[in-house]
Amino acid sequence: MNLKFDPDRCFSCDSYACLTKCQYLNYDFESAREERIKIAKGEYSKVLEECKTCYSCEEYCPYDNHPFYRIVELQEEYGINLAPKPIAKQLLKMYAPREKDIASITGVGEKALSLCLFPDLKDNVRSKLFEGLPVIMGRQVFCNLVYLHFANMSVIKERAQQTIENVRKYGVEELVCFHDECYGFFNSYAKAYGLEVPFKTVHLYEYLYNWLKEHEDSIRKLNVKVAYQRNCSNRLSPETDRVLDDIFELIGVERVEREYDRENGICCGAVFKMWGEDEFADEIQKKNVDDMAKSGARFAVFNCPMCYVALAERSAKAGLMPILVSDLCRLAVGEMPRLPGRG
Amino acid sequence: MVYEELKAIVGEEYVSKEPEELHIYSSDPGTMPATEPDYVVMPKTTEEVQKIVVVANKHKIPIVPMGGALALSGLVRPLKGGIVMDMKRMDSILEVNEKARYAVIEAGVTEGMLKAYLERNYPNLRLSTPDAPPIATVTANALIHGSGRLSQMYGFHSEMVTGMEVVLPTGEICRVGSCSISPYWFSRSPLPDLAGLFIGWFGRTGIVTKLGIKLFPKHRYRDVMIFVTENPSYVSDVIWRVAHTEMAEDITVWAQPRPEWAEGFQHTTIYITADSEEELKFKERIIRNALRDYIKQKEGGFLYLTPGMKATFLQEPMSQLVRFADVRKGGGFEYVGAILPVDLFDKAYRKGLEIVEKLGVDWAFSVRIIGRSHCMMFAYAYPFNRADDEDVEKARKALHETNLAVLEMGGIPWKAEEPAQQLILERMDEGAKILMKRVMDLLDPHGIMNPGNWEVK
Repeated sequence: MNLKFDPDRCFSCDSYACLTKCQYLNYDFESAREERIKIAKGEYSKVLEECKTCYSCEEYCPYDNHPFYRIVELQEEYGINLAPKPIAKQLLKMYAPREKDIASITGVGEKALSLCLFPDLKDNVRSKLFEGLPVIMGRQVFCNLVYLHFANMSVIKERAQQTIENVRKYGVEELVCFHDECYGFFNSYAKAYGLEVPFKTVHLYEYLYNWLKEHEDSIRKLNVKVAYQRNCSNRLSPETDRVLDDIFELIGVERVEREYDRENGICCGAVFKMWGEDEFADEIQKKNVDDMAKSGARFAVFNCPMCYVALAERSAKAGLMPILVSDLCRLAVGEMPRLPGRG
Repeated sequence: MVYEELKAIVGEEYVSKEPEELHIYSSDPGTMPATEPDYVVMPKTTEEVQKIVVVANKHKIPIVPMGGALALSGLVRPLKGGIVMDMKRMDSILEVNEKARYAVIEAGVTEGMLKAYLERNYPNLRLSTPDAPPIATVTANALIHGSGRLSQMYGFHSEMVTGMEVVLPTGEICRVGSCSISPYWFSRSPLPDLAGLFIGWFGRTGIVTKLGIKLFPKHRYRDVMIFVTENPSYVSDVIWRVAHTEMAEDITVWAQPRPEWAEGFQHTTIYITADSEEELKFKERIIRNALRDYIKQKEGGFLYLTPGMKATFLQEPMSQLVRFADVRKGGGFEYVGAILPVDLFDKAYRKGLEIVEKLGVDWAFSVRIIGRSHCMMFAYAYPFNRADDEDVEKARKALHETNLAVLEMGGIPWKAEEPAQQLILERMDEGAKILMKRVMDLLDPHGIMNPGNWEVK
């Protein structure tokens, strides 16, 4: 499994957007060019140690040359430990697929909803929005892209084919991915590594938009302003961010303009805490939530459950109501969602 | 005859010689073989306890005082028959002195009762609870040198005892501590410390009927942090550093093979409390700074805890422990609680692994730091299926080998089962043994109090 990465595209690039647009690194055009060339050649670059693994360069690259995947591969090659070793190793064990989970796979029908590894979301999808859609979740369908934050591309590669095969065993022809990361795995990662995905995948936003459009009569416009936390893995499918705007329009929600949204989105900070960079995590979280609070939004809206966990309390204390995108849609169709993980 | 006399003291409802009831009192969930009492009696007052002791002396039959019977090492099995005195009816909380922060309770008051009572009536006070089921009694736990949630800061629960009322083996009632001369049960000092005559003796020297126990401030905020390492030789230093900050209310360490992600790692769990969020954050930051070297060198880091995980670790007591105790099914569970210096963590950990690998038993290691790392209670826990003799025997072997290893390392098995008591006595200073024997002979001339335990030969 080799990454479809063409060094020549980097050599001939005249933007170096991967580094000059980065939310965390501060490179001018000249120094970005130097480091980018090192990375393209597979040489050591200080970027490998400075990278905060926010995925953004995957979106910034004008040539779809997968700069982020390339960086992660080189981080691993040069033995860079982003997180404390026991934390990274424990995480690897925590989500490894188990024989018993694979053995328990049975057909669920043509369409299913993947909740990835978030069992706490079960209550949040008990809704007419997801009626008739069987739920699959667990380590056997876990995309493993979280290890991009831990310089561990080899384990993702090692488990990728089996993950695709496991979903196929469910007999699914169309898989709705609740989490951006799963969708990114099947649509960005799999393509970047030449893996065939024998079923169709649908991003949650696309699914929600279609459902709401079909049931437009049942929508009660919410007429509220929301601040949206764009998560890292949405960078793997930037086109879906525009679908979210369409959803918001349908349900009468204004996505406030703020500094850290869309292309300028910043991390939720959870990964930095895992790395032991708590002060940096706090700084980023504060910047993000302060920005949300001053935007005049009433809700802080998340799609990634991890972002929700990392920022819900802080945003609530700042006077915003934290909520998942799908729960916001439920409000618009007259349902009263509960907090994730609280039954 | 004895039955009739006991009946006359407590009433027919509270005495039994029925085999099915005697059977219940013959063992605990540990590996020690069952030994049945002849009678079970449940007194309600100190005076009834006194009268029962007089009867036992008259007939020269043993008495075994019993709290929750949760020591797991068979300490309240009547090794020589006689009367098991179940203290659960003496369950009154007699006094809480809010300003002096102590409670006076009867011997049958459970951890759960006192905790709930304080939560309802004195929300600013708490007691140090052990990680035992809430039906464990406060008095028995203190008398066996138990430890718990506040032991990192304030030591063993026995050190939290402020006074006691005791029925001596010869029937006299006496009070020790400040309550011997004052209406207040505030302290054992500055008098001669007679409480030591009744703590750690497993009921050999008398029956404690009332206890004064220290209470502590309860703070509004509570949080938990878990520091993960993969090298046991780091752990004693991690503990030392955290204890040095004086910011941690409780420090425990756990290592176990299940769930599979936990195997091979040591988890130092640090509990912090505060009265404001700022204070809590401040304490967290100080603790993180204390461990910064490990994080920088990538040798250790804090586990990311979701709200659900935090809620699990913040439970008091933790319900997951009960689940582990029954992992083999069949309700068997026992551990060697080794009291050891903290710097022996690495050795103790490796020795434990050697034993479990050799014997192929299920296991979990769980450590509580006592008194700012003055020492630790290193629990080598072995669950087993009581319905499977082979499984019981394997656990018994593991416990025995662990007891030997602990003594070899210079530690002492806590609340040791009777065979382990003998291992301790074999190694004990001769003078100390003579003194122990003299104390027991002097206080209990007929040898009626829980005989078979601490038997100095």
